[in-house]
Amino acid sequence: MKTILAIASVVIMELYRRKDFYVLFVLTAVITLVMGSVSFFNDTRMVRYVKDIALLLIWVSALVIAIATTARQIPAERENRTIFPLLAKPVTRWQVILGKFAGCWLACGMALIVLYLFFVVVSGTREHHWPLLNYCQALWLQWVMLGVVVAFVLLGSVVFSSTASNATISFIVVLGILFLGRYLNQVALQQTEPVKTLVYGLYFLIPHLEWYDVRDRLIYDQNLVGWVDCWLATLYAILYMAVFLLGAWLVFRRKPLNL
Amino acid sequence: MRETRDVKRLGPYVILVMLLAACFSLATVLQERVSDWSRRGESDNVLKVLLGDGRRLFADQFFVQADVSFHSGYYPSIFDQARAPKDTSHLTAREGEPAAEEHEKQMSFLGPPRDWIERFGRHFMVTEHTHLQGSHESEILPWLKLAAELDPQKIETYTVAAYWLRDLGKVKEAERFLREGLLSNPDSYDILFELGRLYYESNHDSAHARKVWDLALRRWSEQETAGKKPDVLKLAQIAVNLSRLEEVEGDLARAIQLLELAQKGSPHPEALQERIDELKQKLATQPAAAAPGSR
Repeated sequence: MKTILAIASVVIMELYRRKDFYVLFVLTAVITLVMGSVSFFNDTRMVRYVKDIALLLIWVSALVIAIATTARQIPAERENRTIFPLLAKPVTRWQVILGKFAGCWLACGMALIVLYLFFVVVSGTREHHWPLLNYCQALWLQWVMLGVVVAFVLLGSVVFSSTASNATISFIVVLGILFLGRYLNQVALQQTEPVKTLVYGLYFLIPHLEWYDVRDRLIYDQNLVGWVDCWLATLYAILYMAVFLLGAWLVFRRKPLNL
Repeated sequence: MRETRDVKRLGPYVILVMLLAACFSLATVLQERVSDWSRRGESDNVLKVLLGDGRRLFADQFFVQADVSFHSGYYPSIFDQARAPKDTSHLTAREGEPAAEEHEKQMSFLGPPRDWIERFGRHFMVTEHTHLQGSHESEILPWLKLAAELDPQKIETYTVAAYWLRDLGKVKEAERFLREGLLSNPDSYDILFELGRLYYESNHDSAHARKVWDLALRRWSEQETAGKKPDVLKLAQIAVNLSRLEEVEGDLARAIQLLELAQKGSPHPEALQERIDELKQKLATQPAAAAPGSR
C-alpha cells in the first residue's frame, strides 16, 4: 500500500507542477465570469445559463485532465527509462498500475474540488441559495465516472504505442459513450439481425458513463438522486475500474519495457 | 566619453518610446478608416466575424437550448426527434390551449424503459415534463438573445423572447428587441404582429397597434404576391385582431372583410362565420338606427 501511495503522490505532484490544470481552470473561470457579467434585458436574476456553461466547462476540463494526465504516465516512464529503477525498487508491475491509477484518480479529484468550489461560489452568489448536498453528489458521481475513464486510459496506455493515439482514441470512446451510450438500445432495435444483437451486446458491454452526468439536475434545481442509486452506480463504476485495471496489468506484466 | 556611453545606453529606450508614440498617433488616424476598408459594417458583431455563416448552426442550437431550459432539461434527443416538438408555438402557449395540449402529447416521448440499464439510467435524468414558472421564466432569455446575436434572421427568436419579456413586465425591453428584429427583418409580418400585440395588450394603444397590424397584413400580402407561401395561420391571427379593432372603431364593413380574410387560414372557419353573420346583422341594423337621427 505504501508503494502504491508513493507512486500516486508522484503523479499528484506532476499535476501541480505542470500547467495543464492552471490553464484549464483559468479558461473555465474567465469564460464563466465573462458570461456571468453579461446583462440580458436588464435582468440580473438569470443564473441557469451561467451554471450550464460553467458545468459544461468543468466537464470538459475534467475529461481533458483525466485523459491527458493518464495517457502519458506509463509511456513517459518507458521513454525516460525511469521505469527500470522504479521496478528495481522492488516494485511489482501490479503496484505500478495501481499507483498510477490512484495518482491520476486522486489528481482528478483534487482538480474537481477546485473547479466545483469555483462553481459553488459563482452560482451561490448569483442564486443566493446553496444546495451543497446536490453539489457534493454531482462531484462524487463525476469523480467516480472519471475513475472509469482513468482506468480505461491506463489500459490504453499499455496497449497503444503512442500517447497521442491513446489520448485521441480514449476521447472518442468516452465522448461516444457520453453522447450515444444511452441510445444504443434504440439504435439496435431499428437494425436487422445480426447487427441488432451486436449493437445490443455493445450496449450492455460498455460502461454507461452518461449516468454520472447529473448536470441537468443541478442546473434546473431538481431533487437529489436517491442515495441507493448513487451507491449502486458507484459499485457499477468500481467493477469497470477493476476490469480495466486487471486488463492493463495482464497486458503490462508481459510487455517488454524497452522501446 | 561618458556622455556618448549614456546616449548609447538610453538609445534603445528612446527608440522604443518614439515607436510607441508613432503607433499611438497612427492608431488615432487609422481607427476611423479601418471600418471603411472592410465591407463589414458596424452592424457586424464579433461572433459574426469569427464564425461567418456557421453561426446559424450555433444559433439553432441556442434556440433549442432555450427550449431545453423552458422544459428544465426534459427534452427529446435526436433519437426521439420524430416525437419532438416541430414548431415553437408551445413556447408561447398557456395551459389548456390547443397548442399546449398537442405539446403535452409530443413530450411524452420517453415511454416505458426497454431494459434494466435504461430503467436505472432514468434515476439520474430529468424525467418529468414541466414548464418554467414564476421568476424562472426569464431563464430562457439569455439563450434567445445569444441566438438572435448569432442569427438575426431567425424570426421566432424575437417573437418568443418578446412574448416572455412582456409576460415578465419588461415591455420596453420587448419593444426594443422586436425593433432590433425588425431592423434585420423588415419584411417580417410575424415581428410586426407581435409588435402590434405589445401595443394593444401591454400599452393599450389601439391606434398604434392598428397601424402595425395593417403593415403586417400588407407585408403578408406582398409575400403571397411574390409566391413565398407565407403562413396562413398567422394571416388569420393578424386579420382577426385587426378586425376586432375595426369593430371597436365602428368600421364594421372592414371588420367583416378582415374576418373573411381570416377564414382563409383559420383552423375554425365556422366560428369566424358565426362572428361574420353577427357583424352583418349589426351592420344591417346600423342605418335603421341612424335613420331617426337623420330625420
